[in-house]
Order: sequence, then C-alpha cells, then structure tokens
Amino acid sequence: MTESPELKTTPLTELHEQLGARMVPFAGYLMPVQFPLGVLGEHRHTRAKAGLFDVSHMGQLRIDRADAAARLETLVPGDILGLGAGRMRYTQFTDEIGGILDDLMVTNAGDHLFVVVNAACKDADTAHLRGTLGDAVTELPDRALLALQGPSAEAALAALAPEAAAMTFMTFRAMDVAGVPCLVTRSGYTGEDGYEISVPAADARRIAERLLAHPDVEAIGLGARDSLRLEAGLCLYGHDIDTTTSPVEAALTWSIGKRRREQGGFPGAARIQAEIAGGTARRRVGLRPEGRAPAREGAEITDADGQSIGRVTSGGFGPTVDGPVAMGYVESGFTGDASEVRLVVRGKPMPARVARLPFVTPGYKR
Amino acid sequence: MTVKYTEDHEWIRVQDGIGTVGITDHAQEQLGDVVFVELPEVGATVARGDASGVVESVKAASEIYAPVSGEIVAVNDALADAPQTVNSDPAGAGWFYRIRLSDPSQLDGMMDEVAYKAHAGA
Repeated sequence: MTESPELKTTPLTELHEQLGARMVPFAGYLMPVQFPLGVLGEHRHTRAKAGLFDVSHMGQLRIDRADAAARLETLVPGDILGLGAGRMRYTQFTDEIGGILDDLMVTNAGDHLFVVVNAACKDADTAHLRGTLGDAVTELPDRALLALQGPSAEAALAALAPEAAAMTFMTFRAMDVAGVPCLVTRSGYTGEDGYEISVPAADARRIAERLLAHPDVEAIGLGARDSLRLEAGLCLYGHDIDTTTSPVEAALTWSIGKRRREQGGFPGAARIQAEIAGGTARRRVGLRPEGRAPAREGAEITDADGQSIGRVTSGGFGPTVDGPVAMGYVESGFTGDASEVRLVVRGKPMPARVARLPFVTPGYKR
Repeated sequence: MTVKYTEDHEWIRVQDGIGTVGITDHAQEQLGDVVFVELPEVGATVARGDASGVVESVKAASEIYAPVSGEIVAVNDALADAPQTVNSDPAGAGWFYRIRLSDPSQLDGMMDEVAYKAHAGA
C-alpha cells in the first residue's frame, strides 16, 4: 500500500481499509479504487442492485446570500435564477474565452444554495466563488458525501429515511437518515437511479455501515465509478472537459437554459452563444470500437484514410455494454450517429463507430 | 520440466525446448479484471524482453514481455472470448503463448519459484 503522509483521508478511510479496499492517491486523497468484489463485479452490482460510493473528497459549499443565484449566474451558463426550491442542476464554471474551469451541481436548498464541485478543483472553485460572492461562501469540510446508486438505492435509503422514496430525479430534501440530519439529493453520476447524501462527518461511518447492512448494497470504488460514468456518457473533468473545451463542443448545450442562451451574462458568453448559433468545428461524441480492444484516453481518432480528426478523452471496457466504449472529440463532419472512424491503439488503426450517448439506458426516476 | 519467472511477473514453463508463457497470480491480482488480451502472431520471432502481447484490465493496458528469445509456435485463442481466464487460472488455462526457445541458456539466470515469491513480496 502506498500511503503518503500528505494524502488527505475521509471520514470513511478506516472503513474502506477494514473492508479490504485497495487504496490509491486520487486528487490529493487516499481513496478506494476497488474492494474485494473487483471493478467488474462492483460495476455490475451497481447496475443490478445498489452500490455505496464515498465521494467525500468532492467539495461541498453553501452560499448564503439573498442575491446568490443572480451572482452565481455571472460565473456559470446554467439557469440558476430559474431553479426552484428543492431542485438541483448541472452546470459549469466557464472562463472568459468559454473554456470550462470545472463542472458542478447547484442545489436550491430553499434558504441557501448548496454546491458540489470536483475534488481537484475545489480550492480554485472556492476562491473563484468568493471573488463574486464574498464571505457568503462557506466550505463544508466537516461533511462527508455518500453516493448510493442503483435500482435498489431507493429501498435501501428508504429503510433509514422513508421520505427519500418520494423524491424524483434532480430534487433535494433535508431529512433525517437513521436519525441524523442530512442533505439528500436524488442524483448521481452512474446513469442509475440513486442519491447523494451529505452527512455530518462524525456520523458518516455509522450511516455508511447502516446502508451497507442492506443485503443489496455493496461498497464500490473509484474504478467502477469511472466505468459507470463512462457508460452513462458523463464527462470527467480534466479528461473530457477542461479549459480548452467549451460547453458546446463538449455537447453540454442541454445544460444551458433558454434564457441564458439568449441573454448571456456569463464568462465566455460571446463564444458560447456564437457556437450555439453557428456550430463548432469539433464535438464530443460516444465511440464504439468494433473489436474487443479498448481505446484509452489519448488515442488518436482518424478517418478511414488515416487523417487525424480528433482524440479519445475517456475510454475503456464497459462491463454492462460488454465491450469497449469511449468518448472523444471529432471534427464536425464525423459527429453523426454511426459515422465510421478509426481509433489508433498501439499504432494500429482499429475500426469504430460514433455512437449515441449514453451507452446504457439511464434508470433515473423522473 | 522447468518453471522460471521474470521481474515483470511473467512465468515460463519449459518442456522439450518449448516454453509456455503466462502472467503470475500476483500480476493478475495487481491488474484486476482482465477484459482483453492481444497475442502475437504464430510464426513471429521475438527477442527476450520484446513486447509480445498486451493484457488489458478494466483499469489499464500492460505489455507482456517475452521472457526468452524464440519463435511463437502457438497462442491461446480461447482468451479472445474468455479473457477473464487470466484471472481465474493464470498459471494454467490462462496461458498466453508457446515459444520455441532459440537460446535455452537464457533460462539459467531467471528466478525460480522461491526467488520469484520473494521478488513479488508474497
């Protein structure tokens, strides 16, 4: 085990080690990459029943300010003013040239906004938010974040918090879970129905153990989290999206509300509005290699004649698809469904086709 | 019959001048679930230490290095449809290829099971 003293831990680190996890450094944290079930087994278990993920490394913030939504809209292209109480939304922090600084979830918790950002970006995001919202921004380092994902997630959480069953996708409720006050959203990043549960750090282990005691729930590591989100067609920051990609190139235009598209008022609006109106030279697409060889991040994408048309940004084996899957950026002439391309794997061009995302049918409870 | 091991966690079992090559139990455990194996062409000639195949787990791709020099005389085609055999039986049905040794003396300096176990920290 490679345990560096400078790596941060979460309230569940000890539990992971006791469950036999293989721990790895990730975004400055010591995190479980897999449990004894293994990545394939964990992936399949999550799609068949339910998986419990420790995502406490992600940044949790609250914003307490009457004009929080209006001010946040100056940093993101998502419609935050139009986000009703008890609802949440996916959006991105954009920069002045329309690149993506990070992607995030914003929840209207009624009297404040609750924000979840990526672990690797959280210090920069916090500073970025404070630049606009000042000391109304509070970090919540004393909270753990658990994701419970899969078709059995509702039954498993409802056993500890009955009102969770009535929630629909992308909604929020503050509720007691096993007697502990928690912030619960019906959301996740696996393509499955499920919840993310923000828990006081001191109670995190007890709640995790209660959830794991449900016969359908297994602990799941970052390895399966990655293959699940890839099959779900969801972007991983720093891989599929970064400051060199705009939300329109990244095929995230759906996350920009109609009012925001018309009015702008977010960083990089001029470029993003122009791209929505006139298209982009390249776009993120799904890719299905025709053989069994996975094409990984960085693989070159070419046309049938060997001309370079883009690069794979995420790729691997999709256990539910039962074959290799990938995402990448291709030139605009190749974005159509079933377009023929080649993925260069170890110097060899492998035939592949552009595929609709997601690769699996989502189980979201609408 | 002689079984030898490389520092890169391949094993080679030699009988009558033909070596069967695979990866060790330690290696498959480190790799995790194997989802794809790329094997060399039968008839290809490889030198000791050459990349002579690829084993891909859910997490990453790893090269298989030829433990000895020689000619590939057979490959385990069953791995195309059942790559997980590398996990379930790495020292048996999960073999990768058979090689006709061009220089059997290359085996002399290689680790035996006891030395390999010490190397792998088992």
